[in-house]
Amino acid sequence: MNLEGIIAQLAALLVALVLSPLLTGWVNQWRAWLQNRSAPPLTQQFRTLHKLFWKESVMAREASPLYRLAPYVVFSCMLLASMIIPTLSTNLPLAPAADAIALVGLFALARLFISLAAMDVGTAFGTMGARREMLIGFLAEPAFLMVLFTTSLISSSTSLATIVSSIAHRELTILPSLAFAGVAFTMVSLAENARVPVDNPATHLELTMIHEALLLEYSGRHLALMEWAASLKLFAYSCAGLALFFPWGVAEANDHAALLWALPALAGKLAVGGSLLALIETILAKMRIFRVPEFLATAFLLGVLALLVHLLLGA
Amino acid sequence: MNASLTALDGALTVVAAWFAIGLAGIAAPRSFRFVAWFLFPLSAVLALVLTGFALAALPGAPQSAVLPIGLPGLPFHVRLDALSGFFLVVLGLAGAGISVFAAGYFRAGEGTAPGVLCLQYHFFLAGMAMVMLADDAYAFMVCWEMMALASFFLVTTNHRIPEIQRAGFLYLLIAHIGAIGILLCFGVLQANTGDYTFANMRAQHLSAFWASAAFLLALFGFGAKAGILPLHVWLPEAHPAAPSPVSALMSGVMLKTAIYGMLRVCFDLLGTPIWWWGVIALVVGLATAVFGVVFAAAQVDMKRLLAYSSIENIGLVVLAFGLAIVFTAYRMLPLAALAVTAMLYHCANHAIFKSLLFLGTGSVLHATQERNLGKLGGLLRYMPWVAWTALVGVIASAGLPPSNGFVSEWLLLQGFLFTGELPNPYLKMLVPLFAAGMVLVAALAGYVMVKFFGVIFLGRAREEKLAEAHDAGFLERLGLLWLSAGCVLLGVFPVVVMQLIDPVPALLVGRGLVESGRIGDFWLLAPVSPSRASYSPLVILVVALVIVGLVFLLVRRFYHGRLRRAAPWDCGMPLQTARMQDTAEGFGQPIRQIFEPVFRMKRELPTAFDAAPRYKVTVEDPMWRGIYERIAAATDRVSRIVGLLQRGRIAIYLLYSFLTLVALLFLAQA
Repeated sequence: MNLEGIIAQLAALLVALVLSPLLTGWVNQWRAWLQNRSAPPLTQQFRTLHKLFWKESVMAREASPLYRLAPYVVFSCMLLASMIIPTLSTNLPLAPAADAIALVGLFALARLFISLAAMDVGTAFGTMGARREMLIGFLAEPAFLMVLFTTSLISSSTSLATIVSSIAHRELTILPSLAFAGVAFTMVSLAENARVPVDNPATHLELTMIHEALLLEYSGRHLALMEWAASLKLFAYSCAGLALFFPWGVAEANDHAALLWALPALAGKLAVGGSLLALIETILAKMRIFRVPEFLATAFLLGVLALLVHLLLGA
Repeated sequence: MNASLTALDGALTVVAAWFAIGLAGIAAPRSFRFVAWFLFPLSAVLALVLTGFALAALPGAPQSAVLPIGLPGLPFHVRLDALSGFFLVVLGLAGAGISVFAAGYFRAGEGTAPGVLCLQYHFFLAGMAMVMLADDAYAFMVCWEMMALASFFLVTTNHRIPEIQRAGFLYLLIAHIGAIGILLCFGVLQANTGDYTFANMRAQHLSAFWASAAFLLALFGFGAKAGILPLHVWLPEAHPAAPSPVSALMSGVMLKTAIYGMLRVCFDLLGTPIWWWGVIALVVGLATAVFGVVFAAAQVDMKRLLAYSSIENIGLVVLAFGLAIVFTAYRMLPLAALAVTAMLYHCANHAIFKSLLFLGTGSVLHATQERNLGKLGGLLRYMPWVAWTALVGVIASAGLPPSNGFVSEWLLLQGFLFTGELPNPYLKMLVPLFAAGMVLVAALAGYVMVKFFGVIFLGRAREEKLAEAHDAGFLERLGLLWLSAGCVLLGVFPVVVMQLIDPVPALLVGRGLVESGRIGDFWLLAPVSPSRASYSPLVILVVALVIVGLVFLLVRRFYHGRLRRAAPWDCGMPLQTARMQDTAEGFGQPIRQIFEPVFRMKRELPTAFDAAPRYKVTVEDPMWRGIYERIAAATDRVSRIVGLLQRGRIAIYLLYSFLTLVALLFLAQA
């Protein structure tokens, strides 16, 4: 652990905290443009968070301490995940603490807490949301791990930093296994981040919501933390996708110059990715909840296919 | 040398003391106070002493002794090596918590008198310890049967209930079918020498055919005790029937004796395994795990849910066993050591967290008299001790960081990531698919655990009487705290645990993990090399807690901490009752829909004209209809055919004797 590592780690922390609401704002902006609406400003998410933090938190009488603890735990998991994924640099002192598999574990821990908190108040919508969230979780998690398995086999490591540097250093060819894995990863990220076609982040329509149903009873600072955590999750998934499939531009240890232009590179990649996400959300319709297993089973099979293609063809 | 000898002596002394405690219980069979406040806590202390001796024996050389008990000319051989030592540690750690809890639990005194219960309980404990110490087939089978019988009597504590009688009978039946398999396995292993000591079996070199026969018999025999598919049917019947500390002991420790047996036979007595044994274990393990977890998600009885979850965990252990066999067969020893370590780690984890969860359900059952998830809810408010300790168990059982459950799954997945290096092209391609299945199981386990915890402890109480539920007593809390501390410590210090376990893979596959390379520092687990894979639960836990604390303080510093309590909003719905929450059936509904082909379901749907509409779904185990009922029908048919011979007239029986005599004479002539 050296000074440069600590600086890179702090920079990653700041970038995650600042860029994640901006990314959400950017996606919302693009979606509004694509749908021919006038868009909110890029910093809308910050204003919302600021407003929510100032508001008094109203909580159900039945809510237990677990309910109050959950937003902090979820936020903490998401922030930790964003600090572990190589966003700017692969030289992160925290990175050895969790490899790709442990990262999935962190996301799952956050999901467990958010679902338990939703069940805690004991309303019909909360439990429904928890059930659906866990449903999507157990379908998406195996697919996600299959993607990670493929990239891990290609770089013979599950450490994200090693994966990034080994993929960034190979010749620029499209590996068929990585292509399959990339498609699977996109599908998983859509489901995990409660995006169309699995969930719609813009609706509170009772019978279709999943993520919003989980947050239904939250207000004030707790809701702010949950919203920020959701932004961080989108940021973390985007950065994980960039790290696995487009790792160019991430600085490595002792490369001071690269660290400087890593931030513009990251912002540029996220901007492109965010607008693509808005495009996907605009052209697709939300599916029925029981079509989701088919959607995610497809992602899982693509992941397995990627693995087999790598093992069979070595590509 | 001397130290190890005393370790074996110490372990035997503890076993003898357990027998003595059991007999002391008989002295005052109706005295709750004597049994609860003296005998059970004493037995918990003894369990800790046993853990100490077993830990001392782990790194040492194996030590053996001959006990002058048993039949003339057939004394008991005992031996304490690293493998027995490890499983004794598991028994001691889980047993200590369970015994303390049982001290508080058995005060209710329904069914068997507490003193007799004390006798059965301690014979059960002693039997399990002796199974792990036995060094010849004769002693092993005697102790195995003692364990099975003691647990049978414990399961049927409330023996007046017909359901429990039936569960007890089923358990006894399958236990004995398994015992036949084990007996035959030992018969094969002694290779016609007539010497049934393990030392002799180790010295025999069996042909591939006989070795495979012994392996399959062991897998069948021990699998019946462990609950692998399709021999699992007794678990979901016996666990709800048994008192909770007994369920904890059976699920947490007794299932591990079967795993111990598999390891002992496959790696120690048989020598080098053949690769396709591993494939069988992988297939059986994955099928068991998937089946267990899917059925757990569909259960509405909390103890049945945990029983199916135990089946799932045993499946994962057998999966790791298969991986270890494959790696050993191809002499990839460091990887085999990794798989064995993952397997043992998962055994220890499951012993701790499943005991914890079973004890938690015991407290809930005591406080509410209710096992049905649909009639529970909101107990976090009335039983905070039980609920928060159960939450630790739930996180561990769901296999999430930084708990212990995650470490073993992580190690196993790391093992699977190396299967690309296998020399056999088919295995190289197929084995990663087992990893895909395992990941699905792990993710579904999270679903099951959210259902378990959410429906019992969260939300609103579904029945009014739940408001009177009382929290666990002092001794019960102590037991729960001990086991949840175990979950945390095993999760946060994996390297320390792995260093302790290391002599076992060294013994079984001939090479430990530490020998093959560093497994990381005190705080960082990196079994191969840090650039390949690393995981540090301690760092994750500390950083996450620091973030939680900082966020908490910063929000209060820059904003405020005001809070107002109101009625829940629920999209503004005015009428809300506790009945509107998801029931256990409701929460399991997506699983039932997705995995519909796996289940045998009967659904009763109401029509629009029903005055009293009823909705009822019964989910049954397809193995009953598919296998057991067929075997029963076939047995019936065969016995009816045999019955044709029995005409009940003396003349006919004389004719049979005469014909037999003629036939024999004819044979002797020829």
